[in-house]
Amino acid sequence: MSYVAIADRDHEQEHHDPQTFITKYIWSQDHKVIAVQYGLTAIFVGLIALGLSAMMRLQLGFPDQFSFINPENYYQFITMHGMIMVIYLLTALFLGGFGNYLIPLQCGARDMVFPYLNMLSYWVYLLSVIILLISFFVPGGSTGAGWTLYPPQAIMQGTPGTDWGILLMLASLAVFIVAFTMGGLNYVTTVLQARCKGMTLMRMPLSVWGIFIATILGLLAFPALLVSAIMMLFDKTLMTSFFMPAISSMGADPGYTGGSPILFQHLFWFFGHPEVYIVALPAFGIVSDLLSTHARKNIFGYRMMVWAIIAIGGLSFIVWAHHMYVSGMNPYFGFFFATTTLIIAVPTAIKVYNWVLTLWEGNIHLRVPMLFAIGFIFTFIHGGLTGLFLGNVTIDLPLSDTYFVVAHFHMVMGVSPVLVVFGAIYHWWPKITGRMYNETLGKWHFWMTFLGTYAIYLPMHYLGFAGVPRRYFAMGNTEFLPDSAQDLNAAITMSALFVAATQILFFINMIWSLLKGPKSDPNPWNATSLEWQTPDHPPKHGNWGHELPECHRWAYDYSVPGYEDDFIPQNVPPDKAPAGRDHGEDH
Amino acid sequence: MEIGLIALAIILATLLGWLLKQSFNTQPWVAEEMGETAHHGPLGGSSNTRLIALLTLLAVVTSFFALILSAYALRMELGDWVPMTEPQLLWTNTGMLILASLAFQWTRNGAVQGIASRLKPGLILTGALTAGFVVGQFVAWQQLQASGQLITDNPSNAFFYFLTGAHAVHILGGMYVWARATTRVMLGTAEGRAIRRSIELCAIYWHFLLLVWLILFGLLLST
Repeated sequence: MSYVAIADRDHEQEHHDPQTFITKYIWSQDHKVIAVQYGLTAIFVGLIALGLSAMMRLQLGFPDQFSFINPENYYQFITMHGMIMVIYLLTALFLGGFGNYLIPLQCGARDMVFPYLNMLSYWVYLLSVIILLISFFVPGGSTGAGWTLYPPQAIMQGTPGTDWGILLMLASLAVFIVAFTMGGLNYVTTVLQARCKGMTLMRMPLSVWGIFIATILGLLAFPALLVSAIMMLFDKTLMTSFFMPAISSMGADPGYTGGSPILFQHLFWFFGHPEVYIVALPAFGIVSDLLSTHARKNIFGYRMMVWAIIAIGGLSFIVWAHHMYVSGMNPYFGFFFATTTLIIAVPTAIKVYNWVLTLWEGNIHLRVPMLFAIGFIFTFIHGGLTGLFLGNVTIDLPLSDTYFVVAHFHMVMGVSPVLVVFGAIYHWWPKITGRMYNETLGKWHFWMTFLGTYAIYLPMHYLGFAGVPRRYFAMGNTEFLPDSAQDLNAAITMSALFVAATQILFFINMIWSLLKGPKSDPNPWNATSLEWQTPDHPPKHGNWGHELPECHRWAYDYSVPGYEDDFIPQNVPPDKAPAGRDHGEDH
Repeated sequence: MEIGLIALAIILATLLGWLLKQSFNTQPWVAEEMGETAHHGPLGGSSNTRLIALLTLLAVVTSFFALILSAYALRMELGDWVPMTEPQLLWTNTGMLILASLAFQWTRNGAVQGIASRLKPGLILTGALTAGFVVGQFVAWQQLQASGQLITDNPSNAFFYFLTGAHAVHILGGMYVWARATTRVMLGTAEGRAIRRSIELCAIYWHFLLLVWLILFGLLLST
C-alpha cells in the first residue's frame, strides 16, 4: 500500500503510468477512472431499484391486475428499492463517484493520497453490490423487512426472505461499510493533506466542502449501522437476544429472551439520520457551484454556506429519534428531538436563502445543469417544509404511517438529490468525456422529469392527509377512503411510469454524446474552479501535466468589475487580474 | 446512547476547533499570494499524511466501540440481564497487552533514535506478546464454553463475546501491518525513514487498542 507521491514527478515517473487496458480501465488506481466505475455501478443498481418502484406502483395503481406481484414480492420490492436507492445508489454515487472525481481535481491534487486503497474501495463496494443482488435469487428471495430492517419481524418467520435474504442484506451492508471506510479515509486525508499551494480550506469550492463534511458524517455514523447489522446477524444465526424480545412465533417459542427492538431503532437511526445528510450535503455543495457558475455570480455568503454545512453536519447527530415518535418513547424525549429537528431548519434555510440570493440579479444562463439546480431548489424547499410538519410530535403521530411521509422523504431525499445528480452529470460531462451532449434533449429530460415527479409526489400529500396508510399491499375495504383515492393512485402510477420511461432520453443523449457528440471546449461553462483549468482535456493520469497548479483566489470570481472576462479562474495570479472584491466589501 | 454521543462530541469538537482556527477571520473573496501551502500547512508536511489517515481511522474505531458500549448500557437496564463472572485469565491477558504496548514504545523509541539493533528484537517481542494476548482471549472463550457459559445464555455473555471478539479483530488488523513491517526489517529491504514511520504509527495504534481494552475490561468487570 506504499504510495510514492507523484506531486513532483520527473520524467521517469511516466513509466509508471498505466499502459494496458486492464490497468487503465479495470484495475485502475486513477481517481477519475474509479469515480466512473463507482458512478456506473451505482447507476446500474439504481436502475434496478427504479424498476422495483415501477412494480410497486403497478400494484398500487391497479391492484390485483398483475399476477407476478404478490404481497411477499411487494414487500421485497419496497425493501430493496429503499436500501438500494439510499445506500448503494446515492451514497455511493455522491461520495464514491463525485467525491472521487472532484476532490483531487478541485483541490489541485494529482490523485487521492492512497490510490491503491481507493481502488480497493471500489472493488469491495462492487462485492457488496453483488452480494446484495445475489439475494434476489436465493431460496425465499431477498428480505422483505422494509429498508429499516426492524426486528423482530426482520428475522422472524412470516417475513419474506428470513432464510437467506436478510443474511445477505446484513452481510452486504457490512461489506459496503468497509468499502466506504476505505474510500472515506482517502477523501478526508486528501482534502486535508493534498491541496495545492494556495488552496486554503476557505478557498475550496463548496462541492468539496459538502463532500468533505458528508464523508466525516459517514465515517462516524456508518459504525452504528455496522454494530446493529452484526448484532442482528448474531440474533439470527447464534440465537442471541440483543434485539429479539421473548416472543412466540406461530405457536412456537423460538428461544429468545427479553431483547429490545427499540435498541435496534436507536442504533439504526443514529446512522439513519446522518445518512440523510450524507446524501444531502454533497448535493448542497454541488448545487451551490452550479448556481454560481451558471448565474455568473459569486455564491452569496460563502463563509455562511461553509458554516451552515458544518452546523447541519453536527446537528444531524442529535435528531435521530424524530424517526421514532411512534415507537412509544418518553414524551420529554420527543420534545427534545422536535426542538433539535426544528433548529436544524435554521442553517438549512440559510442555505436556501443564499441560493436564491445568488440567483438574484444574476446573469442566468438556463443551460441544462442550471435547470436541474433550480429544480432542486423547488423540490428541496417543498420537501423541507413538509419536514417541519413531521418534525413536530403531535403532527407526526397521525401522519407517520401515511403517504404524507412517503411524499416528504421522496421530495427531500429522493427527487432533490437525484436532480442534483443529473445536474452534476450534465455539468461535468464535458470534463469527464471531452464531449458535449444534445442540449435540447437534456432540456426535455429536465422538464419531463421535474414536472413528472411533481405529478407523482404532490398528490401523495393529499393521500396522506386522507389517511391512506403506507406500506400496504392493498387497501381492501377501507370505508374511510373515498373511491377517488384509488383514482389518484392510478394517476400517480401513470406519472411514475412516465418519469421512469423518460430517463431513456438521458441514456440516449449520453450514449450518443460518447459515440458521436461534438468535442467540447476545455472550459465550456467558463467556470473558475481548478478542474476546468487542466492542461489536458479530459485530464490525463496525474491531472496536471508537469506542474501542479497554484491557487490564488476563491472559486467564485464571476463578473468581477474591471476584468475583460466574466470569470477569473482560481489559478490566475492577482497581478494579472483584479484581486477579487474590495477588502472592506460586505458579502 | 449517551456514551456514543459523548465520544462523538469529543471527535466533532476537535474537528470544529481546528476548522475554526482555519477559517476564522479569513476573507475568501480576496485574491493574494498565499504563503501557506497545503504541504506546509498547520497539519505539517506530506509525511504526516499517514498519521492523519490513522487518526481518522481511530475516530471511526472510537465511534464503533462507543456505539457498542451505548448498546451495552441500554441493554443492561432490561430485566433479563445477569452479570457474568469474567475468567481470571483476562488479567494475565491484560498484562500481556500492556507489555506489548510498552515493548512497541521501546521499539519505536529505538527507531526514532536510530538504534537499528533494537528493531528486530523489539518487533518480535511485541508480536509475541500481542499474539499471546489474542491466544489468551481465545483460551478465555474456551474456558467460558467449558464452564457452560454460552453466548445465548444471557445478554451479558453475548456482549462479552461480541466486545472481546470485535477488539481481537482490530488487534489482528494491527498484526497484519506489524507483520508487513517486521518482514521488511527481517529481509533488510526496509528503507530507514519508511520503517521508522510505520513503527511510529503502529505504536500509536497499539496504545489506542490498549486504551480501548482497558475501558472494555473495566466495564466488563464493573457490571
